Amino acid sequence: MDLNNFFLMRHELTLLVIILILLIAEIFISEAKKSRVVSLALLLFGIHTVSGFFPLAESNLFGGMFRSNELIHFFKNVLNLGVLILLLQSADWVKEKMTSNDRGTEFFILLFASLFGMYFMISAGDFLMFYIGLELSTLPIAALAAFEVMKRSSSEAGIKLILSAALASGVSLFGISMLYATAGSIYFDEIILNITADNLTLLGFLLFFAGLAFKISLVPFHFWTADVYEGAPISIASYLSVISKGAAVFILMILLFSILKPLMEVWEKLIYVLALATMFTGNLFALRQQNMKRFLAFSSIAQAGFILLGLITGTQLGTATVVYFVTIYIFSNLAAFGVVQAISLQTGRENMKDYEGLYRTNPNLSLVMMLALFSLAGIPPVAGFFGKFFLFTAAASEGYYLLVFLAVVNVTISLYYYLLVIRAMFIRKGEDPIPFFRNKVYMRIGLLITVIGILALGLYSPLYDYIFQLSGILK
Amino acid sequence: MNLSYILLIPFVPLAVFLVLGIFNQKIKPAVSGYVGVAGLAISTLLSYYTAFQYFFVHGKADGVYQTFVDKFIWMHFTESLHIDMGYLIDPISVMMMVVVSTVSLMVNIYSRGYMKGDDGYTRFFAYLSLFTFSMFGLVLATNLFQIYIFWELVGVSSFLLIGYYYTKTSAIAAAKKAFIVTRFADFGFLIGIFIMGYYTGTFDFQELTNPEGVVILNWASTSFMGLSVITWALILIFMGGAGKSAMFPLHIWLPDAMEGPTPVSALIHAATMVVAGVYLVARLFPMFYLVEGGFALQIVAYVGAFSSLFAAIIAITQTDIKRVLAFSTMSQLGYMMMALGVSGFEGHEGVGYMASMFHLFTHAMFKALLFLGAGSVIHAVHSNYLKDMGGLRKYMPVTNITFLIAALAIAGVPPLAGFWSKDEILVAAYENSQFIYYIGVFVAGLTAFYMFRIYFGIFWGKDTKYEHTPHESPSSMTLPLLILAFLTLIAGFVPFSELVTADKTGFEAHLNLPLAAIAVGVGLIGIILAWIFYKKENDLATRFASAFGVFYKWTSHKFYFDEIYFFMARKVFFKSVAAPIAFFDKKFVDGTMEGIGNKTVLVSRKIKAIQSGKVQDYAFGFVAGVVIIAFVFIYIWTN
Repeated sequence: MDLNNFFLMRHELTLLVIILILLIAEIFISEAKKSRVVSLALLLFGIHTVSGFFPLAESNLFGGMFRSNELIHFFKNVLNLGVLILLLQSADWVKEKMTSNDRGTEFFILLFASLFGMYFMISAGDFLMFYIGLELSTLPIAALAAFEVMKRSSSEAGIKLILSAALASGVSLFGISMLYATAGSIYFDEIILNITADNLTLLGFLLFFAGLAFKISLVPFHFWTADVYEGAPISIASYLSVISKGAAVFILMILLFSILKPLMEVWEKLIYVLALATMFTGNLFALRQQNMKRFLAFSSIAQAGFILLGLITGTQLGTATVVYFVTIYIFSNLAAFGVVQAISLQTGRENMKDYEGLYRTNPNLSLVMMLALFSLAGIPPVAGFFGKFFLFTAAASEGYYLLVFLAVVNVTISLYYYLLVIRAMFIRKGEDPIPFFRNKVYMRIGLLITVIGILALGLYSPLYDYIFQLSGILK
Repeated sequence: MNLSYILLIPFVPLAVFLVLGIFNQKIKPAVSGYVGVAGLAISTLLSYYTAFQYFFVHGKADGVYQTFVDKFIWMHFTESLHIDMGYLIDPISVMMMVVVSTVSLMVNIYSRGYMKGDDGYTRFFAYLSLFTFSMFGLVLATNLFQIYIFWELVGVSSFLLIGYYYTKTSAIAAAKKAFIVTRFADFGFLIGIFIMGYYTGTFDFQELTNPEGVVILNWASTSFMGLSVITWALILIFMGGAGKSAMFPLHIWLPDAMEGPTPVSALIHAATMVVAGVYLVARLFPMFYLVEGGFALQIVAYVGAFSSLFAAIIAITQTDIKRVLAFSTMSQLGYMMMALGVSGFEGHEGVGYMASMFHLFTHAMFKALLFLGAGSVIHAVHSNYLKDMGGLRKYMPVTNITFLIAALAIAGVPPLAGFWSKDEILVAAYENSQFIYYIGVFVAGLTAFYMFRIYFGIFWGKDTKYEHTPHESPSSMTLPLLILAFLTLIAGFVPFSELVTADKTGFEAHLNLPLAAIAVGVGLIGIILAWIFYKKENDLATRFASAFGVFYKWTSHKFYFDEIYFFMARKVFFKSVAAPIAFFDKKFVDGTMEGIGNKTVLVSRKIKAIQSGKVQDYAFGFVAGVVIIAFVFIYIWTN
C-alpha cells in the first residue's frame, strides 16, 4: 500500500487533522479569545467540505476493510454539507456556551469524531470496521446530548441515549457474530458468496438490523427518539435526526442491496411491515405534540418510514430515489431545526403556542419555516415533493401499490400537523408573540443555504440524473 | 451559431422580477422603473441581435432556415417519454422574441409615466418582468410540456396584472373570470398533451412536427369516434389556444380583462399573450396540416373566421374605448387563426401561414400603439367612455397623430403595416375558400368603420367641456407612441415571405392588385361612413341605431354571451350538477374524512401512554420488538 492509496481516506484524514488542530487551538488560545475557535472550526470544516468534492479513485484499503467508490464519496459529501449547515446554525449557541461556562471546543471535537465514525461506517468493507464506525459515531453524541450538564433534561437525554445505544449495539454485535458463524467470514465480499437464508442467518440478520433500525429510529426501535431530542441541545437533536439518520440509511442500503441481497425475499417483508408501523406511529404521535423538538422528532420518525419505501425495491431506481430523498430531507429538516434553534437561542421558547403570530413579528423566519414544512410535507414545487414523488414512483414500479396508497394516506395525516404549525405562525394572532429579532450572520447563512437547497434541488434535475447514474455502482 | 447567450433573454427579466419582488419595500419607485426598463433593454438588444444573426447571417443552410435546439432532460417517465427544458430557435420563435421584447420594452417605458404615483409601482414592474419572462419561456419552449408550464405562468401573471387594482371589485372579478375561462380551456390543452404523449411517445416539437417523422406518418394508427386520436389531441390543444387567444366561444374574458391598467392591456391583451394561441397552432402547424387531411385545421379556420366577424360586429356598438379595442383584438386574432386555417404547406401554398405570422407581427405594433394611445387619452380625461371625450386633437397632438397612424394601419390603408399583412391573408383565403374570403373582406370594412368611429369620437366630434383642460402626456409616454408609430410605418416592408414560412424556405410574394384594391376600397368605405357619422356631432348614428332596433341592442350587449354563461353556470350547472355533488361531498366524503380524522386523533391520544419516558420501558419495547419479529420471521414467513 503506497501513499497514493492512503489518500483514498482523504475525507477521514483531513477530518482527523481538523480535530487535532482544534485540540491544539483549545490549549493555546487564551480565555478571552476563546470564541475564535468557532470561526476557526467553521473555516476548517468549510475547507474540508469543499475539498471533499474533488474526485477520488475507486479502490479498497486494508485488504478490503475500507472501501471507496463514487457513491460512497457522494454520501460523505452530502453528510459534510449537512454538518456544515448545522455548524453555521449552532455557531452562536456554541459561542454563548463558551463565554458563559467555558465549554465549547469539545463540541466540535466530539461532533467531528462522530462524523469520523460515520465515514468509516459507510466505507466499511467488513463487519469489524462497520461496528467500530457505528460505535464511534454514537458515543460522542451521547456525550454531546448531555452537553448542558447543568440542565437536568440534558443529562437525562445523554443517559437515555447511551443506555439505549448500548443495548442496540449489543444486539447488533450479537447478530453480527451469528452471521459470522454461518457465513464464516466478516468480510462483505466473502459473506456474499456464502450467505443462505437459513434460520440462524435470519436471526443474525434481524439482530444486526435492529441496531441500525435504532439509529434510523424505525418503529419499534424508536422509543428513545422523542425524549432525547427534547432534552438534548437543539444542534444535537438536529444532528441525530439528519446526519446520523442519513448515514445509517446509507449504510443500511449498501448492505441490503449487496451482501444481504440473497435474503431479499425476507427483508422486503420486514421492511414492508416496518415502513407501515413507522409511518403510522410517527404520524399519529406527531399529531399531538406541543413541544417543537418532540414534534420534529416524531415527524422525522415518519419521514424514516417514507425512506423505507425506496429501500424495499432493491433496484437502482430505489437507490437513486432514497439518496435523492435523503439529500432533500437533510436540507428541509435542517431548515426546520434551524428556525427552532434561532428562536430558542433568542427567547428560549420551544412550544408551538409560542409560534403564534410569528409571521407578524418575524416574517422571514416564518417563511423559512413554511418552506421547510412544505418540503417535509411534500407540497409542490418545493424539493420535498419531488423527493416523495420519486420514492413513491420507485415503490409503485415494483408493484407495491397498497403500500404506496397507505403512504399517501400518511402524507395526508402529516400534512395536517405540518399545517398546524403554519396556522400558528400565519393565522393565529397569539397573546404573546415572539418579538422581532435579527439573527446573527452565521445563522442567516445557515438558513439561506437550506432555503436555496429546498427551492433548487427539486427543480435542478441534473442532480437526480447524477445520483441515478451513481446508483448503478451498488448493483 | 453560438446561442448560449439566448438564456439571458428570459433570465434577465426573471432576475428583475426577483430583485423587485424581494426588495419590494426597500426600493424607491423611481429606481424600480429604471431597473425594469434596463432589464428589458438588455433582452431587447439580445433579441434583435439574435434575429439579425439568425435571419441574415447564420440561420440558413441550403436555402432552408435551420432549427437550433439546446435542451436537457428535466424529468424521466420512460426511455422515450420525458419532459425536457431548453430553447428552440427557428423563424417563428425568433420573430416572437422580437415582438415580445419590443412591445414589452415600450410598455415598460410608458408605464413609468402612466403608473407614476401609484402605490404598487414597484409591484407593477415586478409583475411586468414576470410576465415577460414567462412569455419568453413560452416562445422558446422545445416541447408541449414546457410550453404548457410557461403557458400557465403567463396565465398567472395575466391574472396578477388584471387584478392589479385589487381594491376594485370589478378588477378582481375580471381577473378571476380570465383565469377560470382560460384554465377551463387549458384543461382541454392538458388532456390533449396527455393523449399526444400517450399515443406518440414524445412531447418534443421537432419529433412531432417533422413531416417525414413517424408521428405524422402514423397518425392513422389509432382512431376514436371516427377520427384519429391525434386529430382529437390537436383539437383539444387548439381548445387551449382558443382560450388564450379569446376565440369564440371562449372569448368572454378578454373584454373584462380591460379592468387592468392600460399598459397591461397593451402588452398582454393585445400584442403578446393573446397571440400565444396563434403561436401554438403555428408551432404544431405541420401536424394540423398533415394529420387526417387537415381536419383540425379546418376547425381552426372556421373558428377564426367566425370569431373575427362576431367580434367586429360587437366592436361597432361598444362605448368604452378599451372594450372596442378588446373586441378589435379578438377580431384580428380571429383573422390570424383564419389565415393559418386556410394555409397550405409548401412554397407559395403556405402563404396563409406566412400571412398569419406577418399579421401577428404588424398587429402587435399597431395594436400596442392603439392601446397606449387610448391609455394616454384615458390618462388625460380620466374616463374610458366615448361620451366623455371629443375634440381632443387640439390638446393632444402627438397622441392624435400616432393614434391616426395606427387606425389607418389596422384599417388596411397602404403603405402602412396592416395593409401588407391583411392583403396576404386575403390572398390566402381567396385561394382556399371563397366563403372565408368574403367574411374576411367584410370584417376588413367593419374594422375600418369601428376604428374610425372611436378615432373621430375621441379626437374630433363634439367639443366637450372638460373640468380640467386635458394636456399632452409626459415624454415617457409619448416616446413609446412615437417609436411604435415609426414601427407601424415600416413594419410592412419586412420581407416576411423570405423569412418566416411554413416550410422554412422563402418564396416570392406578389401583391395581388385586384384583391388589394377591393380590400382597400372596402376599408375606405368604412372610414368614410365613420366620417359621415361621427366627424361632426349629428344624430345620424342614433337614428341608425334605432332603425336597427333589436339587432343594435343585441350587439351592444355582446349578444348576451355573458348572460348566457352566467345562466348556464348559475342556474343549470350549479343546480343540477354542483349542488348534488356538494351534498354528496359534505355528507359522505366529509363525513367519512371527519370520522377518520376524529378516530386518528383518538388513537393518537390513547397510544400516548406508550411513550412513558422510562428508559426501562424503552428497552423492553426494543427487545420485545426483536423477539416478536424474530418469531414471525422464522416461523411464519419462512415456513
